[in-house]
Amino acid sequence: MHYNSIERSNNELPKKNMPTSELRVQNLKIAFSSNGEEQVAVRGISYHLNQGETLALVGESGCGKTVSALSILRLIPQPPGKILDGKILFGKDDLLKLPAKELRERRGRDIAMIFQDPMTCLNPVLTVGEQIIETLLRHTAITRTAARKKTIELLRQVDIPSPQQKLDQYPHQLSGGMRQRAMIAMAVSCSPRVLIADEPTTALDVLVQAQILDLLAQLKEETLMSILLITHDLGVVAEIAQRVLVMYAGEIVESGPVQGLFRKPLHPYTTGLMNSVPTLEHNQEKIHRLSEISGTVPSLSQTPPGCPFHPRCPSAEAQCRTEKPVLKEATPGHTVSCWLNQ
Amino acid sequence: MASSVKISDPVLLQARNLKKYFSAESSNYSRSSQTVRALDGVSFTLREGETLGLVGESGCGKSTAARTVLRLTEPTAGEVYFRGQNLFELSHNDLRSLRKEMQIIFQDPYASLNPRKRVRDILEEPFDIHRFVNGKERNERVAWLMERVGLSADQGEKYPHEFSGGQLQRVGIARAIALHPRLVVADEPVSALDVSIRAQVINLLLDLKESMAISYLFISHDMAVVRHFCDRIAVMYLGKIVELANSTQLYSTPQHPYTEALLQAIPRMDPGSKKQRLKVRGDLPSAIDPPKGCAFQTRCPISEKRCEESIPPLKEIGSGHHAACFLRN
Repeated sequence: MHYNSIERSNNELPKKNMPTSELRVQNLKIAFSSNGEEQVAVRGISYHLNQGETLALVGESGCGKTVSALSILRLIPQPPGKILDGKILFGKDDLLKLPAKELRERRGRDIAMIFQDPMTCLNPVLTVGEQIIETLLRHTAITRTAARKKTIELLRQVDIPSPQQKLDQYPHQLSGGMRQRAMIAMAVSCSPRVLIADEPTTALDVLVQAQILDLLAQLKEETLMSILLITHDLGVVAEIAQRVLVMYAGEIVESGPVQGLFRKPLHPYTTGLMNSVPTLEHNQEKIHRLSEISGTVPSLSQTPPGCPFHPRCPSAEAQCRTEKPVLKEATPGHTVSCWLNQ
Repeated sequence: MASSVKISDPVLLQARNLKKYFSAESSNYSRSSQTVRALDGVSFTLREGETLGLVGESGCGKSTAARTVLRLTEPTAGEVYFRGQNLFELSHNDLRSLRKEMQIIFQDPYASLNPRKRVRDILEEPFDIHRFVNGKERNERVAWLMERVGLSADQGEKYPHEFSGGQLQRVGIARAIALHPRLVVADEPVSALDVSIRAQVINLLLDLKESMAISYLFISHDMAVVRHFCDRIAVMYLGKIVELANSTQLYSTPQHPYTEALLQAIPRMDPGSKKQRLKVRGDLPSAIDPPKGCAFQTRCPISEKRCEESIPPLKEIGSGHHAACFLRN
């Protein structure tokens, strides 16, 4: 049997005494105006991304995970978007205050991003190679010939077969998985310190998803970059992340190392999410019904008072309806904002 | 569930050697037309009260199969029998009256429900078309339907855009069950929904199956959802069924290397676990120019010479367990 045993040394924190933070987000608040009304999408979140780790930002649609990630590179259109408050510290610089020209230097060189749909990221009228070469020429001191050579090398590194030919093809000539690989090649071309991956495998079939997750894990190993992974898929989180932030209605409701959080989720929302996913681990005899979280995610304009999850929470008490819980450390490194679990 | 359906139960739906070819122009400037073999000889049986899953990656033909068995699209070849009647030989009128008994739920409720109609009007439409009931009774039926799928009757005055995705999918389900169908084809009914809502909708579909005696043909790319939902499962690859077995057999002893790879590729909610994976190369080949021999041969980690030379037939290898692989037969 030609099995390929995959051993990833992730799921373990870097073996240093104190991991250094690549990126620190402090009290980030983002709003969008629609019909003259300001709706807050991200309600003051703080987190850090350590060097060489994969941090997953998990939540359902509308929880603010993508918006908060886009804001790191100031990719939110303003207006209608508006960053109300907060800092995003990369080294000594606050990315939110950096002059546009300097930020442009950093995009792609220090911090790169990959998206769910490669067609929204790749330029359809330029060949794949041209786009990667352009990135290299923009950010590194390199000749055109050398850039072309490096691009072939990059395409080979992301497992694109016959890279010499693929280089001169246009995005539409590649399959979905190949486009995703080309986009990853472009993102890692300048050896960024941080890679922001927004639902990188959501549009892919499961076999290709497994290949791309392996590729991301392997690139992280080789380059020691940090990955901020935005996803709704808890399986993907368990597969490649070391730490998790769970977001609900624009706030972080739980965060912690992936093993602790999956073994013992503390927030009722996290527990609910985990239980509502059908898994292959469920034992042979099928459970007739899945456990579900009742109700729906509140809209931005109607976030409930108190704990935002209380209308859907099976164990909500009087305090949850009126007072807002704050994130507190329950066990070392594992924080939760829930009155019942602190 | 899996045990509740017996071989002796009457057959509700039977597809025999179903083929559907589309012609694809290679480009706007070329006159040579090519053929996409979306369905290339698919046969299966669905018994009363059973849920049959059709799984596979995008482009494997599962949605084409869903549409063809309802005769929403005409097949290139093959037959579909619904309670013994060949759908493709029925007249327009006969087919129309038979449609009461076979309904479909689509993936995206925003695309499948008319945005300019109130939900109440959307739900009245099946009764109008099939001239089922009079005005007063119709209102009662609509109210009953809405409550049956977990909505309140007064929400009928709203338009589709005023609902969330999960609620709107409930409307889509209400429309499908309005006329008490025997068969519901569910084409990726939960794929567009958020995780917490997905479980609600799956539970609703399971409840309806029990209370209204519905049989489902359930189309999905999600192996975990399918396992939870289906009695029997057919795995499709490039227009063909490569494995067909009951749910327990398929998940515990998959026979086709493609099925095995699919199962192993699902991310597990178990951080830190080391896993063994069949290494599958590359992407899905084009259905315009499928590989010679076994369609999976180009990506298969265990393929041999004979896999390139001829097409393995779907063979029964155990009780009710079929697979199309030379090496596992």
